[in-house]
Amino acid sequence: MASTERPSKLSRRAMLGGLAAAAPATGGSALARGPGNPANQPPNVPDWSKYLGEGVAVRAYGKPSQHEAHVVRRDVEWLTASKESSVSFTPLHELDGMITPNGLCFERHHAGIAEIDPADYRLILHGLVDKPLIFTLDDLKRFPRVNRAYFCECAANSGMEWRGAQLNGCQYTHGMVHCVMYTGVPLRLLLAEAGLKPNAKWLLLEGGDAAAMTRSLPLEKALDDTLVAYRMNGEMLRPENGYPARIVIPGWEANMWIKWLRRIEVGDEPWHHREETSKYTDLLENGKARRFTFVMDAKSVITNPSPQAPLNHRRGFTVLSGLAWSGRGKVARVDVSLDGGRNWQTAQLDGPVWDKALTRFYHEFDWDGRELLLQSRAMDATGYVQPTKAELRKHRGVNSIYHNNGIQTWHVKTSGEVENVEVG
Amino acid sequence: MRGVVLGLAAVVAVGAAAEPRRQKLDIGREATAHEIAGWDIAIRPGRGLPPGKGTVKEGEALYLERCAACHGEFGESAGRWPILSGGSGTLSSHDPVKSIGSYWPYASTVMDYIRRAMPYGNAQSLSNDELYAVTAYVLYLNDVIKDEEFELNRENFAELKLPNEPNFIQDNRESAEKEFWKDPCMANCMPGEARIAGRARTLDVTPEAGKGPKVE
Ligand code: HEC
Repeated sequence: MASTERPSKLSRRAMLGGLAAAAPATGGSALARGPGNPANQPPNVPDWSKYLGEGVAVRAYGKPSQHEAHVVRRDVEWLTASKESSVSFTPLHELDGMITPNGLCFERHHAGIAEIDPADYRLILHGLVDKPLIFTLDDLKRFPRVNRAYFCECAANSGMEWRGAQLNGCQYTHGMVHCVMYTGVPLRLLLAEAGLKPNAKWLLLEGGDAAAMTRSLPLEKALDDTLVAYRMNGEMLRPENGYPARIVIPGWEANMWIKWLRRIEVGDEPWHHREETSKYTDLLENGKARRFTFVMDAKSVITNPSPQAPLNHRRGFTVLSGLAWSGRGKVARVDVSLDGGRNWQTAQLDGPVWDKALTRFYHEFDWDGRELLLQSRAMDATGYVQPTKAELRKHRGVNSIYHNNGIQTWHVKTSGEVENVEVG
Repeated sequence: MRGVVLGLAAVVAVGAAAEPRRQKLDIGREATAHEIAGWDIAIRPGRGLPPGKGTVKEGEALYLERCAACHGEFGESAGRWPILSGGSGTLSSHDPVKSIGSYWPYASTVMDYIRRAMPYGNAQSLSNDELYAVTAYVLYLNDVIKDEEFELNRENFAELKLPNEPNFIQDNRESAEKEFWKDPCMANCMPGEARIAGRARTLDVTPEAGKGPKVE
């Protein structure tokens, strides 16, 4: 049976090459799995069909199957000097649908995870307001609330790829994005409670971590769809995602989504803090730098196949799967190319298409076993079309670090192995 | 009578659902000036400076004790920690070095950031005078302050200008990159067969080399 012939040599090669050497990457689940134990397969009857398993509440907070232990966030050690100011990446190639499980949401901390006792949690709202206020967590939960799924993407996602293909796996090239269902208070309700002065124009958002992370936010966005969220996918935020409360700024770069939110100051001008000057400004070829580049441009990536998730079946019916998103609104369409961008076919969007959320696409085809150069191209409701990397570099050069939304190419070899490449 | 009251309540409820809420909900309490002062540490161009003062010389001693182990004696960085100086004239080169002196637009940002986040692992531990002194020294390392005897304080802070301030522009993607709003090509979009121009493997980014780009 072809499906039991797992290419174990391939998995070793995949692990030794490129990034796999740079990070403890195991391949996709298919790679990790062997042919199994015939004693558990028909016509034999396995133990789990005979004996009692663990009872209820043994696993009081359930975890994924032990066989999915390779599905984890991973970091790239050489990227940063310390784990407390670093990043871990979401294993996009191991997920489907559009919602990211809480425990797999990428992390970016600047001073480690703040462990906040909810009894001591306070949010101060002050500045150009009629009445400065202080809220407890219970106060925040008393406000009218909404449920919204939004993608959250670090502006430096794909930032290592500006000069060329570098990291071999969509977890590393694109894994600084996640999408969960938030429950929270529209920020405008908190602002209304304090009462805005007529000259209010900007907000400073500040975290309670040991970096006291700050970003300036234009008031219009605060009054539009910004949330103070305390739940993700129904449960309270995870500590690594800002427990007990964070800012959610739909469609805008994740650095602004201040976690462990402790203070909101209303002002008339931006603060020009470190995260919006030294960092998160986009250096162009002529030495000028764009600032306040808040919106995340439309982007997409094929998650399967990808370097960590090769095409093990060699040929035949194949479902290509990927994610698309845009900070300007809904994803309108995704096209897929199998020949490095020469010809395109429109992929099928599946599941709900939410505003500023991850959107799942599939493309079904019969693989004849030949080499493929896979690309996906997102379009959003405003008519923006995800550019090629060459088009992007023409405008921005290669020094920008941030906002790399260029079209990704995966080279599928006849063996089914997949590599991150760039095409000319 | 009772029926009338109920009817009114229903009207109010419908109105509240359809329109943006105007009434206050009376949730939370007034924050005291004392509470705010403890957390309001933000400094921005022209505003928010705490009272205090410190000289470059005092700052040097402090810097060597509490900062140099990571950032290097002259801000050149020890190992892979961030640099704090150097790089002037490199921004339009192939290898731009973005430091306070070469890249940052405002001196107030330096003081604000050190105040809220440094020294790494012992944030918000510097007194106001120490903050002025170490900021003065970091700016001295960047040739923004040139005199070792210089004393930085709330009054003279505004005189400090960083050279790269004029080189920041507002986000202009929607005009500069308007060609990205288009009708996308579907067939024969580029001539010839696609050719692989670069591979992840040829770059061979190994962890030991420590020379990979940094996530910022
Ligand atoms: C234990 C190592 C360590 C020590 C000691 C330390 N820093 Fe830092 N510093 C860091 C790290 C790490 C960052 C980057 C943090 C981040 O981006 O999340 C940083 C960032 C900075 C930056 C911003 C750099 C940039 O380009 O954006 C400044 C300025 C700075 N430190 C000043 C200081 C000063 C002044 C001191 C002493 C009072 C100090 N640091 C002590 C590790 C250290």
